[in-house]
Amino acid sequence: MIVDMKAEDITADYKEITLTLYGGITRKVLYTEIETPYPDGKLIVSTTDKNGVITHVNQAFIEMSGYTESELINSPHSILRHPDMPSAAFKDLWDTVNKGERWQGYVKNLRKDGGYYWVKATVIPNIRHGQVVGYTSVRRKPSRTKVEECIKLYPTLF
Amino acid sequence: MSYVFTVSPDFTPDHLSGWYIFNTWLQKQSGEAIHLEMYNSFQTQREAIQNNQIDLIYANPFDASMLVREKGFLPLVKASGISDEAIIAVNIKNSVQEIVRLLSASNTSSDAFLFDAVTTDNPEIKSELQPRSADFRYKVAMTEDPDVNMMGMIMLEAGDLNAGNIQTHICDSYVLVAKQLLQGNVDFGIFLAEAYDDLSNMIKKQLRVLVRSQISVIHHSLMIGPKLADRREELQNLLITMNDNQKGKDILASLKFDSWVKVDDEEMEFMIDLMDALAT
Ligand SMILES: Cc1cc2nc3c(=O)[nH]c(=O)nc-3n(C[C@H](O)[C@H](O)[C@H](O)COP(=O)(O)O)c2cc1C
Repeated sequence: MIVDMKAEDITADYKEITLTLYGGITRKVLYTEIETPYPDGKLIVSTTDKNGVITHVNQAFIEMSGYTESELINSPHSILRHPDMPSAAFKDLWDTVNKGERWQGYVKNLRKDGGYYWVKATVIPNIRHGQVVGYTSVRRKPSRTKVEECIKLYPTLF
Repeated sequence: MSYVFTVSPDFTPDHLSGWYIFNTWLQKQSGEAIHLEMYNSFQTQREAIQNNQIDLIYANPFDASMLVREKGFLPLVKASGISDEAIIAVNIKNSVQEIVRLLSASNTSSDAFLFDAVTTDNPEIKSELQPRSADFRYKVAMTEDPDVNMMGMIMLEAGDLNAGNIQTHICDSYVLVAKQLLQGNVDFGIFLAEAYDDLSNMIKKQLRVLVRSQISVIHHSLMIGPKLADRREELQNLLITMNDNQKGKDILASLKFDSWVKVDDEEMEFMIDLMDALAT
């Protein structure tokens, strides 16, 4: 389940926009200009089923996203979808993993408190007994140089 | 029938006698003849695995994928509470405080994508930074530990360093990595965190840790090959109850372990997926 973001969760001045997610679901998101730096030395890990519904998150994921584990499990991964991310990035992600291949990219993610954090993500299919059973994303600290390139490039992709 | 047991080369030097004692214990408990064969490089050990000469291995996580997916190995156990973590350290006199913006934009071009479909060769989008001369190379000292080097390189990547734009100095031990830093021969050292912590205070006083990984799910594992597959449960049970008596406890202590804990297939598959995702 994915629900609208709530003003009482937001910690600073925010903007509001309604995103249309996969399958036509809409979500009101509230977002601020507050960046949370990527935690040094950690990996942020999550696993989804074949439809992108979260089945596992690690502690770093919980801390960075600001959601509790039970809010995350069974939620679509688009719970982190930031309005500044071009949808072409996620189309490319799904086109790539649906071919059974790995995808890498720099992603700006939305926190429960309206803030954001940048990651370098690698998404791979989980193959068990020859079948794709889901996907795992492993995020590492992104290079600041790359993030600055994204900040300039991504707005041109809308 | 006799079986061959081997240990990841990064784990042998300090614990060599411990592994021999462990192997003697294992033979007695399992009633099988097991020969302990040590290799002094990952290369020669991998050749033996490829030639199906190995039946039991205390494996580096980097080799787990090949062992499971190509050679049909199964996980038995891991040492409880121990995971492989990496440290990036510098000489205390090094002015670098953080792994960020270590290079000019012109040197980052080998990683020119933002997401797979989009690249940034456009000079207007590339960030402008202090330009460095094109042939400048940071020097990085490391051992041959494949998983530690991988974790270390991921931490350096945050500062735009990658295998294509650094000069590597391969050392035979972590003490020698530290020496390279002390002597000012290299800019960064990649350490197994445990090995760094074990350096003398004399040495550590002259070094500074820039970043320590906190990954906690990457670990060595004791694994069996196809010839021992039908003994899996029995061996697992022997190992996880090893610390129930003093003799077993003492042998574990000589390996600096408290106890063994079971690794099931899904935990191993998850670690392999993680290593796969990190390997590029
Ligand atoms: C394993 C995995 C991890 C994902 N991680 C993220 C993420 O961190 N942030 C994000 O916005 N989308 C992530 N996605 C993509 C989402 O599923 C989704 O496609 C995206 O948020 C855009 O939403 P939409 O497809 O509903 O338009 C991930 C997908 C997979 C399979």
